Amino acid sequence: MFGDRRGVVISSVSTVVFLTIIVAVVLTAPGTPVIRERFFDWGHLKGAFPSVARGFLLNVRIMLIAEAFILVFALLLAVVRGLPGPVFFPFRVMVIGYIDLFRGIPLILVLYLIGFGIPALYLKGLSTHDVVTYGIVSLVLVYSAYVAEVYRAGIESVHESQIAAARSLGLSRWKALRFVVLPQAIRRVIPPLLNDFIGLQKDTALVSVIGPIEAAREAQNYGAQTFNFAGYVVAAFLFVLCTIPLARFVDYLIARDRRRRLAGATR
Amino acid sequence: MTALPGTDTAQAVRLEDVHKSYGRVEVLNGIDLSVEPHEVICLIGASGSGKSTLLKCVNLLEPIDEGRIVVEGEEITARGVDVNRIRRHIGIVFQAFNLFPHMTVLRNITLAPREVLALSRKQAEDEARELLERFGLLDKGQEYPDRLSGGQQQRVAIVRALAMRPDIMLLDEVTSALDPELIAEVLNVIRELAQSGMTMIIATHEMGFARDIAKRVCFLDRGVILEQGPPDQIFSAPAEHRTRQFLQRIIEAGRL
Repeated sequence: MFGDRRGVVISSVSTVVFLTIIVAVVLTAPGTPVIRERFFDWGHLKGAFPSVARGFLLNVRIMLIAEAFILVFALLLAVVRGLPGPVFFPFRVMVIGYIDLFRGIPLILVLYLIGFGIPALYLKGLSTHDVVTYGIVSLVLVYSAYVAEVYRAGIESVHESQIAAARSLGLSRWKALRFVVLPQAIRRVIPPLLNDFIGLQKDTALVSVIGPIEAAREAQNYGAQTFNFAGYVVAAFLFVLCTIPLARFVDYLIARDRRRRLAGATR
Repeated sequence: MTALPGTDTAQAVRLEDVHKSYGRVEVLNGIDLSVEPHEVICLIGASGSGKSTLLKCVNLLEPIDEGRIVVEGEEITARGVDVNRIRRHIGIVFQAFNLFPHMTVLRNITLAPREVLALSRKQAEDEARELLERFGLLDKGQEYPDRLSGGQQQRVAIVRALAMRPDIMLLDEVTSALDPELIAEVLNVIRELAQSGMTMIIATHEMGFARDIAKRVCFLDRGVILEQGPPDQIFSAPAEHRTRQFLQRIIEAGRL
């Protein structure tokens, strides 16, 4: 990361000076005491933590379940979109229509439509699920449209000669896709996929608009009872705590990928 | 393969008046060619003369527009033919190796035998090791392709095609992407295959090699076989003006 020891010294000094100035400005600013009391009061932070953390477990659960469905459903969409030949024309059109639609509608509207609309239909087997399920369904519908496009980019990045080689060995189109194209495609799109999941993780908070008591809603409740915003700070902290490791992991994967490509190019 | 009644089973491959265009560019302009079992044929000619396309058509990687191709008595260009079944009998090796980069050498070789021929893992791997040993690659089984030299990669690609136990091998300029010092090891593999009686159609720019290994040399020019015959005749006493021109350019480039 740094060229040499001189670089390390310069960057350390620069960091210390920069942080000192920031801290000094923040501490001496006129609004600081109020801000500290409303957002960062230790008693309130501690007080809000148990309920917000409990709520956050629901965010994590929603995200994990949604993620599993998105990975599968989006791959299906991407594969169907890539099916060749005139027979599959209507399938391709359907998938393209789906992706255009769900990438265009704001998530909050999909949540309202699914979370409030479907129960209002009073349909047996469809309208009787709990709000968390409707929330997960909404997230899956919207995020699959994005993730399908990520998969598609990966599939299209695999060179045609790989398919030719697989087919020339007698592998069917499906087996060429399964053994040769998809493993390479998915490997290449892991960083952008993880990026989408950082987004997904945050958007689980939006599910609260149709009812589930997750971290953001718990924070709101705490604020309503105490006129203090510490609950939101706790919730924000928990979200960041989860996304930062994911983000660093993405960085690591991208760096590793670049190293590999460079190593390959010199041969 | 079962022979159709009334067709000649003596020939390994027969092309009859094969035409192929990409859009408005006519690449194959009426190819007639018969290959006997165990025969080694070299296709020579300038880039763009149709050598690669001809091989891809025989492997059904490219559909033809007119004419027909008969392999071991069966018309493979007929409607409704199962291309996957045909390709099992016809191995093809490409200029750019096209190994699967995410698989080890051993997995590259055993994928198709296991998935297409439904061999057990053990049997596929035993056969793969046997082939790797035969071509001096036994210690490379667990390596990934990008850890190998170009010559080793191309030899693995040849082994991968052989693992399907093909009756016919098509080689598409398999040394053109290699550094000069790596060409010999690949040519030696092909020599060994020829000696073992493999039927082969080889598109090549290596004229010395073609002269050495081919039973028959075909000179392709603008999508037709302009001249064919034993290598001595083609290289020493070509009948056609354009063949002489082509060979003259090759000699000037120091490749013969």
